[in-house]
Amino acid sequence: MWQWLHPYAKPEATFHLVQKLLPWFLIPGLILSAVALVWGLAIAPQDYQQGESYRIIFVHVPAAMWSMGFYVAMAIAGLLALVWQIRTAELALLAIAPVGAVLTFISLFTGALWGQPMWGTWWVWDARLTAQLILLFLYLGVMALYIAFEDERAGAKAASILALVGVINIPIIHYSVYWWNTLHQQSTVTRAITRLEAPSIAPEMLYPLLVSIVAMMLVSAVLVMKRLNNEILRREIHRPWALTYLGIPVVQRNEE
Amino acid sequence: MLLQGRELQSVRGERVLFSNINLDVASGQLWQIEGPNGAGKSSLLRILAGLLPAQQGDVLFQGEEIQQCRERYYHDLLFIGHKSGIKPELTAIENLEFYAAVEGHEFSTPPYELLAQVGLVGLEDIPAQRLSAGQQRRIALARLWFSQTRLWILDEPFTALDVDGIAMLHDRFQVHLAQGGAIILTSHQDLQSMSYPVNRLQLRYQH
Amino acid sequence: MSKPTPNTRKPVASGQIFRQIIRRDLRVAMRQRSDLLNPLIFLLIVITLFPLGVGPGPDILGRIAAGVIWVSALLSAMLGLERIFRDDFRDGALEQLMLLPVAVEFSVLAKIIVHWLLTAVPVLVITPLLALLLNLPIQAWGVLWLTLLIGTPILSAAGAIGVALTVSLNKGGALLSLLLLPLLVPLLIFATAAVEATLAGVSPAGPLALIGAFSVLSVTLAPFAVKAGLRVSVN
Repeated sequence: MWQWLHPYAKPEATFHLVQKLLPWFLIPGLILSAVALVWGLAIAPQDYQQGESYRIIFVHVPAAMWSMGFYVAMAIAGLLALVWQIRTAELALLAIAPVGAVLTFISLFTGALWGQPMWGTWWVWDARLTAQLILLFLYLGVMALYIAFEDERAGAKAASILALVGVINIPIIHYSVYWWNTLHQQSTVTRAITRLEAPSIAPEMLYPLLVSIVAMMLVSAVLVMKRLNNEILRREIHRPWALTYLGIPVVQRNEE
Repeated sequence: MLLQGRELQSVRGERVLFSNINLDVASGQLWQIEGPNGAGKSSLLRILAGLLPAQQGDVLFQGEEIQQCRERYYHDLLFIGHKSGIKPELTAIENLEFYAAVEGHEFSTPPYELLAQVGLVGLEDIPAQRLSAGQQRRIALARLWFSQTRLWILDEPFTALDVDGIAMLHDRFQVHLAQGGAIILTSHQDLQSMSYPVNRLQLRYQH
Repeated sequence: MSKPTPNTRKPVASGQIFRQIIRRDLRVAMRQRSDLLNPLIFLLIVITLFPLGVGPGPDILGRIAAGVIWVSALLSAMLGLERIFRDDFRDGALEQLMLLPVAVEFSVLAKIIVHWLLTAVPVLVITPLLALLLNLPIQAWGVLWLTLLIGTPILSAAGAIGVALTVSLNKGGALLSLLLLPLLVPLLIFATAAVEATLAGVSPAGPLALIGAFSVLSVTLAPFAVKAGLRVSVN
């Protein structure tokens, strides 16, 4: 009998499923990324007001969109982990968190880059930027809480609870930050970003933007899937299936 | 059957502490869980008390899953773990008053006699933090003297007690069992010489 | 062997257990009064630092007073927050709390109420002093006090969640603040907006209603999250 025998057959099944799905995300992701970059950066026309600098939206907007989407995905994984005690959902939550945090960071960073030529300063307390900053803190909280636990499963459960509390709070935070921003509206420049994303955006700009949104999702999903599978392998490294997969000869460990 | 454990399994990290543990506790029985350090004795007690979810298996109280009849179960359970649950800022009497009150039992007069029984005479009005470990343990164990619960789960109840304390606890166990109560405990003490029958469950350390 | 009969002892009323928890915790708190006093003194000191940092001009102070008082109150609340469950975790009272024959959410609510009584009520008492020190125009005092009255239950409720998640870690306040402060952003925004509305001569009813709703939501939902968190921590 295997000493490591465990009630879960599941991580193995998940691993192989993800392994099968991976190319279906990776290849379209790479192609669409290339298309979006060339189309957005070279082919799409200049903005009549912002010139070339508007082109950062092809990174900024997808990152900002999916930073929120991945938080929701993380919370759903947390719900699965807590309510149905699904172990791979715990691992999924941990796989999503850093990717989501990096997306949030990218949206903040590109937002600052974009803001500089537009209003002459790197940081403005604009509602979107502020909400993204708080979202980044929420991600950091989930990751910090997980790391703080010695026992990985307890850490994952705690992080799941926090992600769920966070996802309930996000609409309230967003509402409050936007509302705060209208109270303290100092100038009209902060509305410039909003204008670009309004439906009035020209189709020549909109289509590459849509492509870049899909591309960002696929590439981020690939990162999450790779992280998930690495984590499954790490946890299951003593199981025969993992050793077989890695091409390590299986040494029989008999029960003493 | 008062309490049943069905195919219980516990996992700590990646290590299986124990699996396929079955336990039937009837009224009038004392069960001693034995095993080396790290074999999962405390975990088993905590699973039986519903503090720790079992990886697999069920705990049944009078035939019903304990999470389904939580309030009825805890109405009939007294658990004393490693940590005694005694507030160090409060005196022995204040601590016991709380635990009596949540069992629906009010002391009409301060329970001096009870404290005398567990050997805490003259220490009634001193905050528990100024007492020794053994004396604090006695405060926690004093709950056994007024508790109306039938099932007691005790993690190392003899720890920190002196010879008198141990003898006193044995007497109390005997009375409880005679009244139809049941006790599950862990201890490194040999209980075989006691005047009541002892059922034993052996946990082995698993690698 | 006789078949066990159902226990004939009457179940204890939930309200009785609820009262006993509150009574015991208040008693414990009264034995360690310095723990209650320290966050309050911290709050006073932080308030004192602001005029030293931004200059004593009464109009600047008056303008930032509400924000300063609320930010300071949040920070000082973080200091004493761990008390909600930390001592109970160490001495085993938390385990016993989870073994009481009532829903855990119910016991948790009692703990939240005790925490509010012990931390928020003293702040409410010294609020006029803080408003005075920061030259908050007198017509806004009442609204500031009201925001603290209905906003502080959110601190206790959200705090209970954070502490429930971190109590087994011995990591102290930094992690707790990282988890909680982002969640408390709406509270800060609504509370300062209510005071500012009053100062601008507008009715503060809107933001006050929002704080009230947030407060009710937190206090009713928090016990469920706390219960889940304690399950993780008590293991």
